[in-house]
Amino acid sequence: MSLDQVTDGLAISFDLNGERLSLSAPPAERLSEFLRERAGARDVKVGCNAGDCGACTVLVDGLPVCSCTTAAAQVEGRRVETQSGLAKADPDGQALVAAFQRHQAAQCGICTPGMMVSAVALLREVAEPSEAQVQDALGGVLCRCTGYRKIIDAVRDAKGSASVAPGGVGTAMARVDGLPKVTGTEAFGDDVAPAGALTLRVIRSPHHRAAFTFGDIEAWRAANGLDLVLTAADVPGVNRFGVIPGFEDQPVMAEGEAKFRGEAVAAVVGAGERLAMLDLADFPVRWTPLPHALTPEEGLTAALLHEERAGNIMCRGLVQRGDAEAALAGAAHVVEGDFSTGFIEHGYIEPEAGFAERVGDRIEVHCCTQAPYMNRDAVAKVMGLAPEGVRIVPTAVGGGFGSKLDLTTQPFLALAAWKLGRPVRMAFTRTESISSSTKRHPSQVTMRLGVNADGTLAGADFFGTFNTGAYASWGPTVANRVPIHASGPYRFADYRARSVAVHTNCTPSGAFRGFGVPQSAVAQEQLLDMAAEALGLDKLEIRRRNALTNGDETVTGQVFDTGMGILDCLDALKPHWDRAKAEAAAFNAAAIGTKRRGIGVASGWYGCGNTSMSNPSTIRAGITADGRIVLHQGAVDIGQGSNTVISQIFATALGVPVERIERVSPDTDLTPDAGKTSASRQTFITGNAARLCGEALRAQVLRLGNVSEAAVIEITPGAIRLTDGGAERVVPLSGEGYALEATESYDPPTKPLDENGQGDPYAVFGTTAQMAELEVDTALGTVKLLKITAAHDVGKAINPLLVEGQVEGGVAQGIGLALMEEFLPGRTENLHDYLIPTIGDVPPVDTLIVETGDMHGPYGAKGLGEHCLIPTAPAILNAIADACGARVHHLPATPATVRAAILAAAT
Amino acid sequence: MLFHRPETLENAIGIMQAGPVRPLAGGTDLYPGLRDGPPPAALIDLSRIAGLRGITREDGGWRIGATTTWTDIVRADLPALFDGLRAAAREVGSVQIQNAGTVAGNICNASPAADGVPALLTLDAEVSLAGPGGSRRLPLGDFITGVRRTALGEGEIVTALHVPDAPGGRGAFVKLGARRYLVISIAMVSAVVIPAQDGTIGEARIAVGACSAVARRLPGLEAALAGCAPEGIATVVAAADLSALTPIDDVRGSAGYRLDAVREILGRVIVAALGREG
Ligand SMILES: Cc1cc2nc3c(=O)[nH]c(=O)nc-3n(C[C@H](O)[C@H](O)[C@H](O)COP(=O)(O)OP(=O)(O)OC[C@H]3O[C@@H](n4cnc5c(N)ncnc54)[C@H](O)[C@@H]3O)c2cc1C
Ligand code: FES
Ligand code: FES
Repeated sequence: MSLDQVTDGLAISFDLNGERLSLSAPPAERLSEFLRERAGARDVKVGCNAGDCGACTVLVDGLPVCSCTTAAAQVEGRRVETQSGLAKADPDGQALVAAFQRHQAAQCGICTPGMMVSAVALLREVAEPSEAQVQDALGGVLCRCTGYRKIIDAVRDAKGSASVAPGGVGTAMARVDGLPKVTGTEAFGDDVAPAGALTLRVIRSPHHRAAFTFGDIEAWRAANGLDLVLTAADVPGVNRFGVIPGFEDQPVMAEGEAKFRGEAVAAVVGAGERLAMLDLADFPVRWTPLPHALTPEEGLTAALLHEERAGNIMCRGLVQRGDAEAALAGAAHVVEGDFSTGFIEHGYIEPEAGFAERVGDRIEVHCCTQAPYMNRDAVAKVMGLAPEGVRIVPTAVGGGFGSKLDLTTQPFLALAAWKLGRPVRMAFTRTESISSSTKRHPSQVTMRLGVNADGTLAGADFFGTFNTGAYASWGPTVANRVPIHASGPYRFADYRARSVAVHTNCTPSGAFRGFGVPQSAVAQEQLLDMAAEALGLDKLEIRRRNALTNGDETVTGQVFDTGMGILDCLDALKPHWDRAKAEAAAFNAAAIGTKRRGIGVASGWYGCGNTSMSNPSTIRAGITADGRIVLHQGAVDIGQGSNTVISQIFATALGVPVERIERVSPDTDLTPDAGKTSASRQTFITGNAARLCGEALRAQVLRLGNVSEAAVIEITPGAIRLTDGGAERVVPLSGEGYALEATESYDPPTKPLDENGQGDPYAVFGTTAQMAELEVDTALGTVKLLKITAAHDVGKAINPLLVEGQVEGGVAQGIGLALMEEFLPGRTENLHDYLIPTIGDVPPVDTLIVETGDMHGPYGAKGLGEHCLIPTAPAILNAIADACGARVHHLPATPATVRAAILAAAT
Repeated sequence: MLFHRPETLENAIGIMQAGPVRPLAGGTDLYPGLRDGPPPAALIDLSRIAGLRGITREDGGWRIGATTTWTDIVRADLPALFDGLRAAAREVGSVQIQNAGTVAGNICNASPAADGVPALLTLDAEVSLAGPGGSRRLPLGDFITGVRRTALGEGEIVTALHVPDAPGGRGAFVKLGARRYLVISIAMVSAVVIPAQDGTIGEARIAVGACSAVARRLPGLEAALAGCAPEGIATVVAAADLSALTPIDDVRGSAGYRLDAVREILGRVIVAALGREG
């Protein structure tokens, strides 16, 4: 063997963050794997294993490279730097730690290592980079949460020194959980498995629909030295799961027939190194492809996917009031059209991951999830255990956006760890994540909208068909939510909206930020612009004229006496609208080339919490004898900021500084059920529980001290000091555990919908209006966004910086929906064919925070998470039409689609 | 698993001769191509061979070593002739990809959407190969023979590209994609224009990528542009016969759109290569 040859087991010597290491490994092992699993550098993240996401970025001899496309042996003798090392010892790294915290440049934090490592390389060369330089340097790192603007701000302000003080409700403080994210110590789903855990990989269907039989699995397992192979036969409980009662229809592993490409049929477990060398295509399974349906039209006439659902119709939704047909017949103008959107992939940078271990008679699953209690109950059913037999410990979540509500890794991990009595880990590959976990429903909408000559809305008729894929997941929620929201935040006396969700042999559609509402807004808000054009009315004005106000009835007949803030949002946009309109007109008047500017506006609204259903949250907190204040905060923070918001609310209610609050993180053994992180419910519902809990604890303290409401509380070791006016009181603290504690729940008041969809589905609606300014290259159909201005009524901004972060991130997802994203099963199953916006695709976002208060929300706060992305796509589409006359009905508005629409508009 | 990392070309050729072994340079095509499967049983890492990396002056032109990275090209002090290649280098993926990805890797991977190829074609680049049977040199247009197919023989590696001088020549490149970074081209166009004394086009070399199995030059258009004044470019391009291009419909765009867009970009790139604002 020559000296320049290395084989398995020979050591690779290199410098990691200033320390000389010599570690043996298969030489062609990906550097990312090598650093994470052998050098302990779990701050190197893996989002795609294909160079597409940049999460794995490290510096090799000072240059940023993707460690997932580098061979371990290639760093022999070289210098490797990663986020944790840079945060500790590099001056630029340290400056970035502070700047990222100050600007809340990390939300979930999974992209943060890649961002910061890339930024250090930039700052070493350019001390004060321009925006364009930051974009070029960070263009290789994808972020799905932040919309990138705060990252740009942080990098450009790395040398800055402003400080953000912590504070209660209303304070733009840094995230309470931010430091681990910006220093490389945060532990996500794939970062927590103990050494020696076995690895699990899933065998999935390569066909949209296929019958299958297994060969000699046991012989194959033994020949490959694996520990276990699982199939449906190994499920001890019920081989079915789902999220909506009555709709638990998805097997953990299919039995006899796979219903979508990517569906699990078996799982293999073994040592990680062994699995890495294994080609899973050799697994002994024989496929017989069967006819399949990929669209709702095909689904309606295809073989039934579920016996009990005739015509493959999973469910329908309806909201109607007045007489839509008659109103449309009497309208001055009726505009109508067909609109469609495709499957949208959540694109969180952290693939589904976790590990499980058996502890006595219980199974513990550590995983990235948005819904620990729902996961617990569902895993228990699969395992044939009581719910208490399962413990779910959420890790940090590297983005969720709805798809981490459903079970993914959990049942596999639980089954394998239970059977083997050893810890078992797994992380989905990017392709698995895209092809098998839930997606946003593709939509086909036909809508007619009538307007009166005075610009008021006469009536509307909406029909939406949703491709719900092979299994139910959150399909029923989408079918219910859409008819309620398809009116937009406008007054309609005569309205009918129907929806239908149809099964196909596609990846199941489920929850994705907005539950169908962004799709319906694409149709409804574009038609509103078309109506304004028919009337010759300004597009902001038509919205103002029809905006719901306090005291109006919504399309479900619900009346809000306070907090209907859409008019406030539209009014907040007005000066920006007038400016942008004038600027675009001036630009176009002078334009000689192919570029034309346009502006567009759209509104959105979204009911916070579950539709007409109880969805309580519970918060527990205690004060120990040594004066610690402990908040059992079970609302999973998936990057949106609930750890911070709930802490701020609780601290304010109790009347103590927020930095005194210690958090017990979500864990079904330690924190009460705070419900799922979805439906924009955590700030509103868990926030209310936290407020009630803080108030209850405060009331106990005040009672013990016999002081008034106005007393100031100071909690110290052994005693609580109370100052009430001039008087001072001391309440001693003693005992084991909590000296004082409180547990409070909140469930929003809603009323069921009747057969016409009339009722009070939500206690709170949040509203928004956004405006897009852009430039279309009319010869190429390319769209360059110039600016998004986003007005949001959040009731009360608990943390204004977090509000901006949510808005910017939602806007970025809206940009993706509008311009580039579409998951096509079997075709765009990776992050180079499935495109999400990069740092160069999100323009400056100006967030206008509107605070109209709210009757129910904590301190008047409403939810926000999902609202942010609802108006973005239609605002962009309206702006494209404004710029060049091209109306895009079928998304995404890729350059080819826009160009085709321009050519069509010209003829 | 075998992993060779020779430091000289001689050793590399010896290793290539000895057994089936797959070259590895930046790894930015090789690793994603594994699709989460196991790595090849034997690899030879070319990135430690000093003589294979870097851009040097040679008789009558320039030599670009096989493992020269896109970043090396972005940072090299090169004349305007290379402006197209430099622009293409900046458009390859991201900084991370440019730091690792190599010129030879790009042409050996032979993707129809390889961004380096149109620019290299307009530079009249030739490819040097070395292998058990010795060395040979052939035009880039003959080296890439189809989608993911090249003229590389058994045990051969690319050692360098050669670009002849073209005094006064200026290059330009435009890539059309659906997002700003990390994007596979819908189409791209590269041009080198050598102006005549009178400000008209002396010589034009035009290549289009992502619109045929292999990026190609457009000799008919090049001939029509010779002697053309800046004001005449639009007319020539509008009339150009693009039937040599055979784009496909895919998720990135339709064939019709690609042709339509290419015609538009052609005009812009030629004007830019002439040193005019587009
Ligand atoms: C996220 C991402 C984005 C990308 N974006 C772009 C883009 O925008 N435009 C673009 O054109 N490309 C892009 N690529 C592809 C890739 O980066 C380039 O093609 C790059 O130039 C490949 O070089 P490499 O050194 O990394 O090749 P490697 O992966 O090391 O090798 C590629 C192939 O060539 C062979 N090979 C390498 N060197 C030699 C040699 N000297 N002799 C013989 N065979 C050799 C290898 O065996 C392998 O088959 C992207 C890749 C990724 C992962
Ligand atoms: S994990 Fe390496 S780029 Fe995504
Ligand atoms: S913060 Fe960037 S991906 Fe979540």
